[in-house]
Amino acid sequence: MRFDEESEVTLRVNGEDHVIHLESRMTLLDALRDRLGLTGTKKGCDGGECGACTVHVGGRRVLACMTLAVSLADADIATIEGMAVDGGLGPIQRAFLDNDAFQCGYCTPGQVMSAAALIAEGHAGSAREIREWMSGNICRCAAYPQIVAAVAEAAGALGRTVNVTEPAP
Amino acid sequence: MKAFAYAKAPDLAAALAAIEDPGTSVIAGGTEMVNWLKEGIATPERLVDINGLPLDGIDARPEGLRLGALARMSDAAPVVAAEYPVLAESLLCAASPQLRNMASLGGNLLQRTRCPYFRAEVLLPCNKRAPGSGCAARHGETRTQAIFGWSDACVATHPSDFAVALAALDATVIIVGPRGERTVPVTGFYRLPGDDPTVETVLAPDELVTAIDVPAGPHTRASHYLKVRERASYEFAMVAVAAALAHDGGVVTDARLALGGVAARPWRLDRTEAALRGVSLDDTEALRAAVAASFAEARPLAGNAFKVKLAQRATLRALTTAGSRGMVAS
Ligand SMILES: Cc1cc2nc3c(=O)[nH]c(=O)nc-3n(C[C@H](O)[C@H](O)[C@H](O)COP(=O)(O)OP(=O)(O)OC[C@H]3O[C@@H](n4cnc5c(N)ncnc54)[C@H](O)[C@@H]3O)c2cc1C
Ligand code: SF4
Ligand code: FES
Ligand code: FES
Repeated sequence: MRFDEESEVTLRVNGEDHVIHLESRMTLLDALRDRLGLTGTKKGCDGGECGACTVHVGGRRVLACMTLAVSLADADIATIEGMAVDGGLGPIQRAFLDNDAFQCGYCTPGQVMSAAALIAEGHAGSAREIREWMSGNICRCAAYPQIVAAVAEAAGALGRTVNVTEPAP
Repeated sequence: MKAFAYAKAPDLAAALAAIEDPGTSVIAGGTEMVNWLKEGIATPERLVDINGLPLDGIDARPEGLRLGALARMSDAAPVVAAEYPVLAESLLCAASPQLRNMASLGGNLLQRTRCPYFRAEVLLPCNKRAPGSGCAARHGETRTQAIFGWSDACVATHPSDFAVALAALDATVIIVGPRGERTVPVTGFYRLPGDDPTVETVLAPDELVTAIDVPAGPHTRASHYLKVRERASYEFAMVAVAAALAHDGGVVTDARLALGGVAARPWRLDRTEAALRGVSLDDTEALRAAVAASFAEARPLAGNAFKVKLAQRATLRALTTAGSRGMVAS
């Protein structure tokens, strides 16, 4: 076992391999933004609290700011840049647009990545469930009601039934 | 962040050999460690990634659960939900979906206090951060701090929800190190601060947690984790209660209770547990009196006397909810 302060790592992002030389202390978030130019993934708190940096690793939603890039050799990483369909908006992005689910838009890439995972996990059963399972994504503009509506609509479009009439807790 | 050298351990022996060097720290999910590296709370020369080790099993057996230290919070919760609701609830009300996908069970037990002085970006007097520098919280902002077991050296609480549920279920931590394997009850895993709040657990720096064992029993189904916090989700506990009961037609035959958010370790309510035996779950007055028996020794700080009442009310509610579940005669 060899300990390295820097190394060459292949990061597979949205299906494409990128070979980069990086320091062991570099987070996935910094690698994506500063080394690969994939600035769709946002840095909000850089401390695991806001969800703006949400990406998928191995199909699961995780926080890029809390992940060391060096640990992700061989992993499949998906970012907001990979959500486009045929160069246009994917169904979840479309639902965010149609529902006014953002104002400044800074949290939106993280919200969309979280929403995609939430729908796949089967946690879009009701408005309350959506709220709870989106709670790791903070929106400073407080577009929360519209975000819930967007996620519910996207889940419906993707063939999941959602009970949106259920009252707030 | 200070630079460090990184390696992924291919097996347990390599990981154990690496941490014999005091300059080497372990990283699992990284949701604590990466923050500590950023804040300078941890400054290791070498970081050994243990995620390649086969310690992520989640085994439900008739005699109980064996949960691998590297199992993720989000993966463990659904497996234990039916037979051990208190465990699943403690996992699912913690952190966020993204964090739970990353966070390991072993790392969860080894997270450190959320005391705002300890986590401050500027260095403040804190005996955990800088031994001997004092405790800014002792006569400072005490709202979130301990009401049991604190010392003048440190009044912090432990933030793990899962540990509180494990403590109530008499779970044990399996530890390996150069001296072999040993088993420690979760209730004995954490140290109270005393004169040296830097040593928080009985885990030695050259040891690893490999698994957590949770014994089965008639009480695990009739169980509940109640977390009281300042927002509805994604927040640490102000006060939390893990309750597990066995009862015979509503009369308590066995009760296990642990509190979170009140001490540097999960706080078992031994006196209440003893007083509850033979009490009917319909008898609110008797339940209330049994709960109160554990709070005579509470020592609230200037800003958190409310926790003494809050914890008792939360305990009462957790008991009632637990009692309404899995009507199992013992
Ligand atoms: C914003 C936020 C909110 C949170 N909210 C909650 C909450 O509400 N409730 C709650 O309980 N937790 C909460 N957490 C804490 C979270 O659950 C922990 O950070 C997580 O469980 C740590 O696990 P990890 O695998 O990421 O640990 P790491 O960061 O990898 O490691 C943490 C520590 O454990 C050590 N370690 C890890 N595995 C082992 C092992 N097998 N043997 C020996 N040492 C080991 C590491 O060396 C390190 O010292 C929150 C965290 C964040 C960032
Ligand atoms: S309570 Fe403990 S962690 Fe907080 S400032 Fe005092 S010594 Fe530090
Ligand atoms: S930037 Fe990662 S959680 Fe805020
Ligand atoms: S739209 Fe501005 S932070 Fe969410």
